[in-house]
Amino acid sequence: MSVLRIGCGAGFASDRLDAAVELVARTPLDWLVLECLGERTLAFAHRDRRADPARGYDPLLERRMRALLPLCRARGTRLLSNMGAANPRAAAEATLRVARALGLSGLRIAVLLGDEVTDALDPATPLWEGGTIGDRGRPVGANAYLGCEHLLSALATGAEVILTGRVADPSLFLAPVVARFGWALDDWDRLASGTLVGHLLECGMQVTGGYFADPGKKDVPDLARCGFPFAEVEPGGSAVLSKTPGSGGRVDALTVKEQLLYEVHDPAAYVTPDVVADFSAVEIEEVGPDRVRVAGARGTPRPPTLKVTVGFDGGFLAEAEISYAGPNAAARARLARAVLEERMRSVHGYTGPLRIDLVGLRALHATALPEPAEAEDVRLRAALRSESREPGELLLWEVEALLTCGPAGGGGYRGRIVPQVTTAAASLPRTRIATRVEVLEA
Amino acid sequence: MSRRVRLHEIAHARAGDKGDTSNVCLFVYEPRHYPALVRALAPERLRAAFPALLRGPVHLFALPRLHGVNLVMENALEGGVNASLNLDGHGKSWSFLLLSLEVEIED
Repeated sequence: MSVLRIGCGAGFASDRLDAAVELVARTPLDWLVLECLGERTLAFAHRDRRADPARGYDPLLERRMRALLPLCRARGTRLLSNMGAANPRAAAEATLRVARALGLSGLRIAVLLGDEVTDALDPATPLWEGGTIGDRGRPVGANAYLGCEHLLSALATGAEVILTGRVADPSLFLAPVVARFGWALDDWDRLASGTLVGHLLECGMQVTGGYFADPGKKDVPDLARCGFPFAEVEPGGSAVLSKTPGSGGRVDALTVKEQLLYEVHDPAAYVTPDVVADFSAVEIEEVGPDRVRVAGARGTPRPPTLKVTVGFDGGFLAEAEISYAGPNAAARARLARAVLEERMRSVHGYTGPLRIDLVGLRALHATALPEPAEAEDVRLRAALRSESREPGELLLWEVEALLTCGPAGGGGYRGRIVPQVTTAAASLPRTRIATRVEVLEA
Repeated sequence: MSRRVRLHEIAHARAGDKGDTSNVCLFVYEPRHYPALVRALAPERLRAAFPALLRGPVHLFALPRLHGVNLVMENALEGGVNASLNLDGHGKSWSFLLLSLEVEIED
């Protein structure tokens, strides 16, 4: 039995498209996976659907499909994506419209339904973070992380395009491998091997040199044209990772190791809906230029419950900025910070959370490290979160007022107020989930 | 001879987040520096270095075959992306915060 070639052409909602086109054009892939659905992305998608029942799927879906569908068809590559987000049925219909407009007659799209459990959850359901769903108010949406077992029925339709809502990211890659090689769903070591491949691919370029370059320490060739990754998976579960031929980037033991533990807690217990994978004894071997062989994942039985992500309204985040540069800039920025504090706290009586960073002195690490004394280009950045817009509007007004009422030489004011969502996790017995598959044809 | 260096000289790192928990994996470029890496990242040392940031338990998972460690730091993201007012609510830059720590190495 030959290897299965599976590539990743998106590792998050805003990932590049031209590099995905290059990957399909230059590599004989069996499958292209587009992973575009973060937890907060899904909560925002629920909001979109509430505003317009025809929306709620990935806003870049049509653009990605227009660029990739003709190429995938020509190359015999099947496309699997969670761009269905909060509305997989509408995503499938949108894909159908794209396919028809491109003249791709007979193209079949399978859509996996049943991950959404917004109306099925009892408000008394406990949250992993503490408290219950009801304590946080009415959810904007709740979705269970489906696994390989749910996806297999969609793959079995033979459709060229598979669209889903929430599926565990590694399962998007594991399911095609399981379908090809006929692995049993309790063959824990093999499922762990396929999960390892999925975990390494699911963040796109994070395994091919993206999110890696540190000039002089870890250089990445032609980062602007970094290639997306693909894996050649063998019937036993080991795999060789590589990237688009001729693209920028690098695939070696260093890039693979960094991604191996990305967002992993206990490396011996990586939990998915399919298996509890042990990555602690994984072997990483450079077998050629930009080719790394991975093997040695072990597995134990999957958890009895599925993880559910519950999204809630998160009020507003307000941010406002103004800059000081040149001689004594740090002192003028510090004075601006003191004035802003006094205006918000004493004059207006605002008691909520307020953070004021001096970018250029210390911002991202301000909680961890002391503030240096000097810098000649400093940006004051103030932020608060609130349930209503009013405190945010007050913050923007006060920072803008620093232009004429604050220290000398302030310029470059910007301010914005952005609606937020928050997410929390809960567990759901597998028996509460009933998935189904619909097939549409162009 | 021993000398004091920042971890950045001997190691590379990547940070990720889940809720208010940060995980940072770090790997040495040369296996001989692995003991220094583990020494530098002892959980009690980290909590003492960044008491205002690391407000919960810190777990260190050692991966000697990969010459690396995985640090899992609870309550270490100022509330996480749902609540943080930090510009970097995911704590993506915690990797380079840890690489700024100093350690003695033998040359």
